[in-house]
Amino acid sequence: MMLEGCGSLLRHELRLGWRRPHEVITPAGFALVVVTMFSFARGSGSDGLAELGPGVVWTAALLSMVIAVENMYSADHEDGTLELLLLSPAALPLLVLAKTAARWLWGAGPLLLAAPVLGWMLGLPTAALPLLIASLLLGTPTLYLLGAFGAALLVGQRQGAALVALLVLPLGIPVLIFASSMLELHAAGMDIVAPAYYLGALLVLALTFLPLATATALASNAAD
Amino acid sequence: MFGPLDQLGSPPTFYRFAEAALPWLGGIAGVLIAAGLVLGLGVAPPDYQQGEVYRIIYIHVPAAWLSLLLYSAMAVAALLGLVWRLRLTHVFALAAAPVGACFTLITLVTGSIWGKPTWGTWWSWDARLTSELILLFMYLGFIALQEAMANDRLAWRSGAVLLLVGWVNIPIIHYSVEWWHTLHQPASILRLGAPALHSSMLIPLLTMAVGLMVLAAVLVLQRMQAELLRRHADSNWLKEVLQA
Repeated sequence: MMLEGCGSLLRHELRLGWRRPHEVITPAGFALVVVTMFSFARGSGSDGLAELGPGVVWTAALLSMVIAVENMYSADHEDGTLELLLLSPAALPLLVLAKTAARWLWGAGPLLLAAPVLGWMLGLPTAALPLLIASLLLGTPTLYLLGAFGAALLVGQRQGAALVALLVLPLGIPVLIFASSMLELHAAGMDIVAPAYYLGALLVLALTFLPLATATALASNAAD
Repeated sequence: MFGPLDQLGSPPTFYRFAEAALPWLGGIAGVLIAAGLVLGLGVAPPDYQQGEVYRIIYIHVPAAWLSLLLYSAMAVAALLGLVWRLRLTHVFALAAAPVGACFTLITLVTGSIWGKPTWGTWWSWDARLTSELILLFMYLGFIALQEAMANDRLAWRSGAVLLLVGWVNIPIIHYSVEWWHTLHQPASILRLGAPALHSSMLIPLLTMAVGLMVLAAVLVLQRMQAELLRRHADSNWLKEVLQA
């Protein structure tokens, strides 16, 4: 019963995205633009571009996450869906998880597909690309869980992306550190197991506790 | 469960308590800070390696302790506020946040001034510097969230959850940054066994630390009073207190 509710919410969210592709693709497009802008901003010539590459892709992923989650509850809050979700017999943290999963699929999915292209644009060696994708796969869900929390704090407020970014990005720093050290160690020919495990541990921690915090924030903000 | 605490938590009782305690606390803070400065800047010997420069420790280290202490106190208040709905916890967190943010800023600035002659650089992306900077962001995030929300009750529910999530994250952030890169000297006072600091330097440091802690209490109490004035502007008890 409980999982059924989550499953149908997930399908609903994914279908909404499918019907309004221009909305859900925006974050990935934003990430592409950030990477492109960075290449121009650092001037011509390709010295050191490959070294910075993973960091640039990760920063773009981080920023696009903010864009993707910033308004994730606002439509539901305006039309009353959120109150129905609060009233539903399914556990709110699980519903939050379903909504976040849908946001992640629509926000980070295209980015994952585009990652090889971004990597090549930045001059990363082809051998590093699978690892870049793996680090995004392991790290971005944690970021989206954090982002969903930040957005829940601000449901019903006029403040938007900037405040979500201020609240959430500092908490995302460990993910950024371990993901980029994975790529750094790989480039130096060393073992990447340690940061990969840390990334996994952060994901497990975030999956376990953040939906609870998000549900608490949502419940208090939406009940008003 | 919180019998006496709950009583102190009623706005009129607390306001009178603060009114009575503030002159004492202010005096104690003044004496301790004056003594700490004299001892630290005048009496304590210069460091055998760093010379006179190290004396900035008497501001830097207590400010760093306070920056963490105040955030932790806010997180405890958040827990009390969320679970037991103690009324005064929000007033405390609102009052403590800017004070904590100031101490964090003081830590960063004095650390930077200290870093230039000893490390040869104003800033390094080292574990403790970076954690402190992130702590500043977390203070600013809390303040911005409180400013953004007009309804006090909702603002505190959201703010309290944010404080708790942030508090759990502080060690994670700290160790991940440490893992990332480190240059800072290891902690020399709060460690097992004898402190590495000689008592001629330790005593002024602890005097300053306690003095600044009392100063922080004074600032927080005053700000709490101001917040109570704002919230209860048209209440009878406030009229009584102010006319007495």
